[in-house]
Amino acid sequence: MSPDMLFMLLWKSLLQTLHMVAASGLIGSAIGLPIGIFLATSGKDELFPAPMLNYVVGLVVNAARSTPFIILVVAIIPFTRLLAGTSIGTTAAIVPLTIATIPFFARLVEAAIREIDKGLIEAARAMGATPMQIVFKVLLAEARPAILLAFTMTIVSLIGYSAMVGAVGGGGLGDLGIRYGYQRFMPDVMLAVVVVLIVLVQLVQSAGDTLARRFDKRNRKS
Amino acid sequence: MILPTVAADAVSQKTADSAPMVIFENVTKRYGDAAKPFTAVDGVDLTVDHGAITGIIGRSGAGKSTLVRLVNGLEKMTSGKVMVDGTDVGGLNDAGLRGLRRQVGMIFQHFNLLSSRTAFDNVALPLEIAGLDRAAIRAKVGPLLELVGLDDKAARYPSELSGGQKQRVGIARALATSPKLLLSDEATSALDPETTQSILSLLKQINAELDLTVLLITHEMEVVKAIASHVAVIDQGRIVEDGPTFDVFTAPKHETTRILLASTSGASLPEWLRSGLKAEPSAGDRILVRLTFFGATAFQPLTARLVTEIGGDVNILAGAIEEIAGEPFGTLVVAYPATPGVLDRAARFYAETGLSTEVLGYVA
Repeated sequence: MSPDMLFMLLWKSLLQTLHMVAASGLIGSAIGLPIGIFLATSGKDELFPAPMLNYVVGLVVNAARSTPFIILVVAIIPFTRLLAGTSIGTTAAIVPLTIATIPFFARLVEAAIREIDKGLIEAARAMGATPMQIVFKVLLAEARPAILLAFTMTIVSLIGYSAMVGAVGGGGLGDLGIRYGYQRFMPDVMLAVVVVLIVLVQLVQSAGDTLARRFDKRNRKS
Repeated sequence: MILPTVAADAVSQKTADSAPMVIFENVTKRYGDAAKPFTAVDGVDLTVDHGAITGIIGRSGAGKSTLVRLVNGLEKMTSGKVMVDGTDVGGLNDAGLRGLRRQVGMIFQHFNLLSSRTAFDNVALPLEIAGLDRAAIRAKVGPLLELVGLDDKAARYPSELSGGQKQRVGIARALATSPKLLLSDEATSALDPETTQSILSLLKQINAELDLTVLLITHEMEVVKAIASHVAVIDQGRIVEDGPTFDVFTAPKHETTRILLASTSGASLPEWLRSGLKAEPSAGDRILVRLTFFGATAFQPLTARLVTEIGGDVNILAGAIEEIAGEPFGTLVVAYPATPGVLDRAARFYAETGLSTEVLGYVA
């Protein structure tokens, strides 16, 4: 394959990957965030006590997380068709990727919020804060660095997951690697795909780390 | 429903300073289920005077943390009644409780500052919660930081401050909504002795300047001794002794009080002396007596007279002069021969001067 053609293929696949990862990462996190907050605050004797609902939501999240992604992709094809109008292609692939992101991110957000010292919640209650004020002014503010890292981790995982949506014609870098590198015995394409993926993951991780560090005031030295 | 504004009006109407700030009436708090109940607070009756600094002292697990949290409703009592400045805490709904909490500040052992906010923004938090606008908040926070001596640290994050500075931010934050009552939950327990003293002075200062009632809980006698005018001793959820700090300290009635007191300086004997102590005298032994000076006796030159009255064979083994709730209080442990003549002269001297004495035992 000529370098020009290889570049063209890589570029097109990279754009598809970015499209899928960005859309599903943003939509999935936006839905996963409130679910994570709910999971972290609705236990017995917590801010919004609803232990039964907490248990049920926890079960659903666990079920979604234990389903292998490739099975999720094919299992929800009817739902995907309903939502995207089609079940194949890059846009259609966003649906299963988003569905997989929601419980993943929700659990990470839950863990980030549970890390916060209970004394801060007590202090806010002692000031006369409403539960909602505690969520926005205390929990989300204090968990912001951890949530940024959780979002980074989610994006990195999505880059990996997006390689599998080639199975439903989603395209992207992973799909390119499989079809050209593996099925057509073109090791140079495979290598190029892997290199691009490594660089992509590195960039995302460094950006996330930098951002999280900027918001983390816990270890500042004067 | 009691709204914050209504409660605030109720406060200003009640100008009679003699009315107690907090009243506990037969308050009990139980945790756990019926099968395995744990009684943290057990039938407590206690009054916290308006404008005073009241200390509740007890060992860890005695129920003092729970007791103080019943005042602002962070814990719900099982039975009994808690009145705060005329308001029945148990009768408030959620909105009413939030209104009450804006009038009751609280500081904590581990400060509980938000790591993501600067000192300024931590102090601003209760004002944001109360719905003040940015300009009003700025006008309040500056003077508060100045009051606690941190106006130059406004832009610092908690991780850049020392323990004492963090507690000062905590105090400024607790004062932000101009409360009538300040609850202090072991506020100096995580601080070194020197910093403890400076925080206690600050509490004393704001108590006097802002006419703020302070209710503090601690396991440290030193804290109570330094600033509390009244003290209640709590053990296993019950108040076993309470009264003016000076009375409780100089004449402890309950065993728990004595044990807590024994850890403070002046009141305890050195180990080498205690190990040789006998309950009954044998021939040639010396008697060990603890003399306590307070009130009128604290200022008289009694030690010199003691020596001349009893005879020259008196030695001083331990002693300290302390200040309790602003009054001097001296302890002196002396030894002299346990012979009838000396003992008679000593007894006459004590009766004449009104010195308080306690025979500790005999040594060879």
